This record gives sequence, structure tokens and C-alpha cells, in this order.
Amino acid sequence: MSGRMIVRRLGGGVLVLWLVSLVTFLMVQLIPGDPAQVIAGENASAADVERIRERLGLDRPVIEQYLTWLFGVLRGDLGRSLFTDRPVTSTILLAAPPTLALAVAAIVVAVLVGVTAGVLAGLAQGSWLDRAISSLATLGIAMPSFWVAMLLVSVFALGLGWFPATSYAPMSRGLGTWASHLVLPAVALGLATAAELARHTRGCVADVLTRPYVRTARARGATTGWLVRRHILRNAAIPVVTVLGLQTGRLLGGTIVIEAVVGISGLGTLAVNSVLQRDYPVIQGYVLFCAAVVVLINLIVDLTYGWINPKVRTA
Amino acid sequence: MTGNSPLLSVEGLTIDLPAQPGLVQDVSFEVGRGRSLALIGESGCGKTLTSMAILRLLPPGLTIAGGRIVFDGTDLLTCSPRELRAVRGGPVGVVFQEPMSSLDPTMTVGDQIAEARLLHLGERRSVALRRAEELLDRVGIPNAAQRVRSYPHELSGGMQQRVMIAAAIACDPKLVIADEPTTALDVTIQAEILGLLRDLQRDLDLAVLLVTHDLGVVADFCDDVVVMYAGHVVERASIDELFYSPGHPYSSALLASVPQSGSPRTRLAVIPGRVPPAGRFPAGCRFQPRCVHNRPEVCGRPQPDSVLAGAHRSRCGRVASGALTVEGVPRG
Amino acid sequence: MTAAVQQETAPARRSRTRVLREVLRKPAAAVSIGYVLLLVVLAIGGRWIAPHDPDVQDLGNRFAGPSLEHWFGTDDFGRDVASRIINAAAVTISAPAISVGIAVAIGLPLGLWAAVRGGWVDAITGRLADTVLALPALVGALAIVAVLGPGLVTTMIAVGIIFSPAIFRVVRGAALAVTEETFIRAADAVGSSRRRTLWVHVLPNIAAPLLVQTTILMGVALLVEASLSFLGLGVQPPDASWGSMLKAAYANQFDAPYAVVPPGIAMVLTVLAFNTIGDAIRDAVGLRRRT
Repeated sequence: MSGRMIVRRLGGGVLVLWLVSLVTFLMVQLIPGDPAQVIAGENASAADVERIRERLGLDRPVIEQYLTWLFGVLRGDLGRSLFTDRPVTSTILLAAPPTLALAVAAIVVAVLVGVTAGVLAGLAQGSWLDRAISSLATLGIAMPSFWVAMLLVSVFALGLGWFPATSYAPMSRGLGTWASHLVLPAVALGLATAAELARHTRGCVADVLTRPYVRTARARGATTGWLVRRHILRNAAIPVVTVLGLQTGRLLGGTIVIEAVVGISGLGTLAVNSVLQRDYPVIQGYVLFCAAVVVLINLIVDLTYGWINPKVRTA
Repeated sequence: MTGNSPLLSVEGLTIDLPAQPGLVQDVSFEVGRGRSLALIGESGCGKTLTSMAILRLLPPGLTIAGGRIVFDGTDLLTCSPRELRAVRGGPVGVVFQEPMSSLDPTMTVGDQIAEARLLHLGERRSVALRRAEELLDRVGIPNAAQRVRSYPHELSGGMQQRVMIAAAIACDPKLVIADEPTTALDVTIQAEILGLLRDLQRDLDLAVLLVTHDLGVVADFCDDVVVMYAGHVVERASIDELFYSPGHPYSSALLASVPQSGSPRTRLAVIPGRVPPAGRFPAGCRFQPRCVHNRPEVCGRPQPDSVLAGAHRSRCGRVASGALTVEGVPRG
Repeated sequence: MTAAVQQETAPARRSRTRVLREVLRKPAAAVSIGYVLLLVVLAIGGRWIAPHDPDVQDLGNRFAGPSLEHWFGTDDFGRDVASRIINAAAVTISAPAISVGIAVAIGLPLGLWAAVRGGWVDAITGRLADTVLALPALVGALAIVAVLGPGLVTTMIAVGIIFSPAIFRVVRGAALAVTEETFIRAADAVGSSRRRTLWVHVLPNIAAPLLVQTTILMGVALLVEASLSFLGLGVQPPDASWGSMLKAAYANQFDAPYAVVPPGIAMVLTVLAFNTIGDAIRDAVGLRRRT
């Protein structure tokens, strides 16, 4: 990918982020009725309502509110929580590690399981293995991740006791402890993505197998394993990476419910509590954070294309 | 084991599609060490299928229903997958029709040339890449040291085909199968590629099996010719025998349809009718509906492969019945 | 309109029964359609069909296992789980249906507008769609629920808004492709008005991709709404959906570990049915399958 392409992608990403920030800012304005009254609750005193109005700057003109807020965001200042009075930025950064660990672990599960299953199915098209994998993938896509998490916790944590049932263990408590806490939620979260990846990988592998260069490699004496490692994976990677990029949003959203099932106090839990408490600065910060992650991932995916397929690099 | 036996012998090869048995039927020929043999015929005659069947690289669905293929003492149809892989890319190299799609777009040409050496000789990548550089130089690509790191799309069609040839000879093969190596290229490039193949054949003492539909290519390049029509071998001859005394009406018609550079204004002969589609081949001689010598009572029966002279063989009924002999060459 | 134009549009019309026949010929799709119809019947007549009153409590018989009397056992108030699942079908099915309806109501006109007008309309609507799509579905829904307040209606609206870009993109793409086709040009040439062209030619031809997209979205919407209800932001008691039943069942997992199974299976089967129908329609109308 050329430098100009990167700049254009970057510009597109910044534009989308700005639009998200605009919509996020408008969230409070769009609250039906008097936002300050709604946030304070029905039984709040007039003084409390006024205090909230002042804290959110709702007594000033909208444009001024927006500019103040936007410059704050650009400096990394997302305001303060209405409940804990702590800065939103540090609240989010504090809650982020378990959520990001969960999402990354889920991606690892999804890629390992999904790509492996997809390659096997693609190589053995029409066989019982292919049919079994395709059926499981169809089932996997239809399963709500939080339900899968419940079942996994019931069976493997409460029933068999192989894994801890709840909460997150920071890496400082040891890598083994950290990983054992992550396994069940990561599998639950990654399963649907694995299923989606398996479907796509199967199709891509089936397509690559028909390409003449695969026959060329066979004519050089390549084994199936060699073909997969040297030719098929690389050529099937672009559509697979695209799907993975699209799925990161779903994984990030999925952390909300998985955290609720497993009792991880990460970003999702923070977001749900903030919605229930109407803590708007935190919600706004969370939404912006998620959008930034998604835009960043899309940018990385775009850059990966050039690395995977040299043709894209010079095109 | 080697001695006088041919390097490659194909005997009675038959290729079936479930719906169309006998797509290629009873094909036999031999390639001697260091010799070049052309497999010639119109598109759809089964010449490419035949050449792909040798290393068992047929597309899925097509099956080899009968025959024997022996390469340098190894029966390629009955050997183990491991033995087959040892032959592929080792003593037998392949050059395909479309260089662009036959090269992996995500891999440098150096790595693709080196691939066979990694597979067969277990060389380290750095060693194999150095050898790839020499091979690029050998096939006439300038700046080999830089080109080794190029990707296929950065090269022209002619250069891509040179890369394919370099990859085919990477493990010092005894036989190169070239499936219409120049069809996808510009006319001027075609001659260069053929010239390269001829030089390599001479210098490396290679045997070459050249699949082509172009009689001109055959005349310049080959020692021997196998003419195919509708899945049958109709004639086997040396190049001189074919050009000066063709033994099958189809070969004669094919020769008559080639423009002669010496006589610009003569009208080109056209073979009347069309090649029958696969699955609707006539019984007996498959050329009979289009043949000027057609005699239904003879040609409706399957025709044997009859000797005209020495290794010159024809599948025409008139040869079997003694009605046709080769001029100036006494039979038998 | 000339005879030639009429002839060229005719196939699109006639093929509708053909598509249905082709979908029904696949056993999995036929079973799925039957299952969805059954759900609709349960959703409408659940009160009368259910073996027990879903709200009658029997505190002496809490967390009972499956029996002939109670197929799926009883819950924390001794209520019959099977009857509660049947009763919750109405909310569970209608919520995604309404959400997808909202998404179509937003996405269809905007998509047509963008395709037909192009230019700045296309640019602005496209950017808006990008903006919504930059947020994960659940995060976006959460944000909208934050504005409108928790509840069944607000979650339906939220999911509808979140899904509208998916409809927008499909409609815009299909409409653009159709307007490129010859018979539209022919209609233009014979002086058929723009609006008439839209109604007579464009809409019938984007129906197939739209139908596929809405069917697939039904499954996704069901999952998103179940998630929101599980988080306590969607359906509020005493109403119940399968998502809120899962929430209650999970809260009692130590007393009745198997209680999470029936509502979950009901949900999986429903999503599976919608996906199967969507894929079958996609294949029948010859659209590219998402491999």
C-alpha cells in the first residue's frame, strides 16, 4: 500500500472518529426532557439538579459546550464521573486491561480453532469431516456467547472444577492463574467468531486449491502440509483477515455480556453500571474508546493487506 | 536399469471423466534420454490431460482408468505417494501454460525457484536462494541478484515464463514437461522462450516433452512427434517422417493448414467439419467423419496402431490393410 | 410502456413462486420455516396453548426437575418453565421483528435516496452509516439505551437504529446495480418517470437481497436483544423474554444448574432457523453466499 493510501485511510478513520465524537457529545443533548433532571432522578432537589446542570455545563450554549468538550477529549480529558468524581480517562484505563485481555484471548481462540477447522474442511471438501465442521460452524454462529459462557461455567468450573468460575486475575498473580481465569470466557466469546472464520477460511481454501499455482507447487513435490503452510494460508489470508477485522467489533461488544456472566469488572461492567446510573461522562468515554479501538483495528487490517499480498503493496 | 530403456514410457493410457469415459484412450509413446518429443493436436484433443497425467496432476474428477506410465524405472501409477513426490520437481520438472497464474502471487520468484531444492535436497533457504539466483541468470534474466526478490506481478509474461523454466530445472531434472509454454505469450517472446528451452535441452542433456498445437514450434524444436486427435494418438513419427511422409490423413490435413513462408499466395487448406465434442466420439477411427479417405466398413471398427516403418506408426485403417505405405520406404 | 420493457421485467415477477419452491425443497429450510410459523402461533396463542398458567406460583415446588407435569421443570417461584418459554415467545419474537422493521424504515428510504441522487446525499448518508458501523452493535445499542432509558421499547428502537446501516448498504448496493441494468435504461428511454421507475423496476429487484438481509438480521437482533435483557437493560419484570429468563435462571445456578438450558436452546433454535432460511433464500435467488 502506498503512502498516499495510508494517509487516505488515516483521514477516513479520523473523520469517522470525529463523527462518533459528535454523536457521543449529542447523547446528553438528546435525552428526552431536561437532561439534568433525568440524570439527577425524579426525587432530586432543585439544588441537586442545578449542580448537575452546572457540572455538565448544560447551562452554557451548545456550541460552547461542544468545543469545551472536544478540546478536552483531544487532550485526553473526558471529564469526571458523576458518581465517583474520578476522571473518566483513568477510570476507563483502569477497567480496560481485563476487557482487552479477554478480547485478545478470544481472538486467539477464534483464529486457532476457526482457521484450523476451516483449512481442514477446505482440504477435505465433501467429506464427513467437512460436513461436521460446517454444521458445527452453523450452530456456533447461532449460539449466544453469554449462554455458552453459562454452560461452560456450569460444566467446567462448577461441575468438573477444572477452571475458576468467576472473576479476572491480573497477570501479576502469575501467568498460569491469569490464563486459567481467561480460558472459559475467552472460549465462550471466541466461539461465534471461530465459527464465522471457519466458514470463510473453508471457502477461501477451496478457492485457492483451484488456482494453478497450487498445481505448480504439487508439481514440485510439495506435500499437503507444505502446500498449506507455504501457499494456501498466505493466499487465503486476505479475506480471513478482513472477516477478523469485522469481528473485532463483535468481540468488543461481546465482552459486555461475558463480563456480566463471569463477573469480571472490566469495561463492559463499567459501561452497564454507568447506563443504569446514568453516568453520562463515563458512557461517552466508553463509546469513544470502543470506536477508537475499532477504527484502529480497521487501519491495522488495511495495512496487513499489503504485507500479506505484495500486489496490494504496489497497487 | 537405465541402459537402453526409454526415460519415459507411456503405455495404453486411458483417462475417464465419470460422464465421459475414454476422454483420452489407449495413448502410448516414449521419450528417450536427452530427446525432445512433441505432443501435438488441436485444443481438446487430450494432449494437456495426457501430459498432466504423467505426474498425476489431473484436475479433480478425472481418473486414470488404465495404462502404465514408467519413468526411469518407476511405475508412476502404482508407486507410493512418497515416491511420486520424489519424482515431481526432482527428476521431472514442469512448465505450465499460464505463467502468471501458475506462480504464487504472494511469494518472491526466488523462493518459488528455491522451493524444489528445499523440498528435494533439504537445502537451507539461503543456500537455495543463491542457487535460484544462478538459475535466473541461466535462463537469461538480467539483474538476477535483484530479481530474485521480485514478485511475479512485477515481471513481464516472458520473464515469468523464464522463472517457471528456472524453477522447473532447479533440481537438475532429466525430463521437463512443457505444457504449451508459449501459448500465453507474444509472438516475439515465443521464439525466445523456445530458444531458451532448446539451449537448456542441449546444454543440460534434458529430455523435453513439449505439448503444443503449433506445428511451426514442432519443426524448430523436436526430434519426434506424437499427433493426437479426439483423445487418440493417430500418428507417431520422427520430425522428418511427419513432414515429408505423413502416415495419417489428419496429420496431412494439419500440415496443409500451416502457412508456408516460401509460397505466400497459396490458399490455406481447411479441415472440413469440427472436432467432435468429448463423449460423442465416433466408434472406430475418431477422425472418419472428416476424413477424405473414409470407408465406413473399415473405419467404423477400432483401428490398431500399425507400423509404417521403424518407429513410424499410424492409426489409419489404410495402413493396417496395407493400402497405404510410405513413399520410398519399403514396408516392414 | 412498451412490450419489450414488460417482457424484461416479467421474469423477476414470475420467479417469486419459483424462489419459494426452491427454498422449500431444502429440508433444513422447510423445517426452519415450519419452526418459525410454530413460534408465531405460540406467540399469538401461547396463553391458551401453554400447559400451565405461566405466572402461577407454587412455592412448595421450586426448582423441580423435568417431569411429565413440568416438561422443563419449575423455576425459583415454582412456575412452569415450559409455559414461561411459550409465553415469552411473543416478546422474544416480536422485539427483533419490530427492530428490523425500524431498521428497514430508516435504511430503505435512505438507501434508495443515496443510490438515486448520488453526490452529496450519497456521501453524507454513507458517512453516517460508517459512523454507526464504527461502534460494535452492543456498544451502540447500550449508548442509545443510555439516552432513552432501559426498557423493552427503547431496546427495540436502539437495535433498529444500530441495524439500519446494514439495510442501508444492501439497498443502496442493490439499487445501484439495478439502475445500471439495461431494462432500467430502457424504461428511462421510453420516458417512464423516475418515481415510476423506482416503484416498478427498482423495488422489485432489491426485494431479494433485502429479504435475505432482514432474515439474517432477525437472528442477530434476537441475540442483541437477549443480551440487553440479560444485562437488565431490556425487558423488565413482570414481562419476560428468553434473555431475561436466562438472567433469572443464571442467578439461581447453584440451586438449579440446568435451568439455563431450555431458554438457551429455544434461542439457538430460533436464530438457527432464521439463518437457515436466510441462507436458503440467498442460494435460491442466486446471490453470492457468504462462504
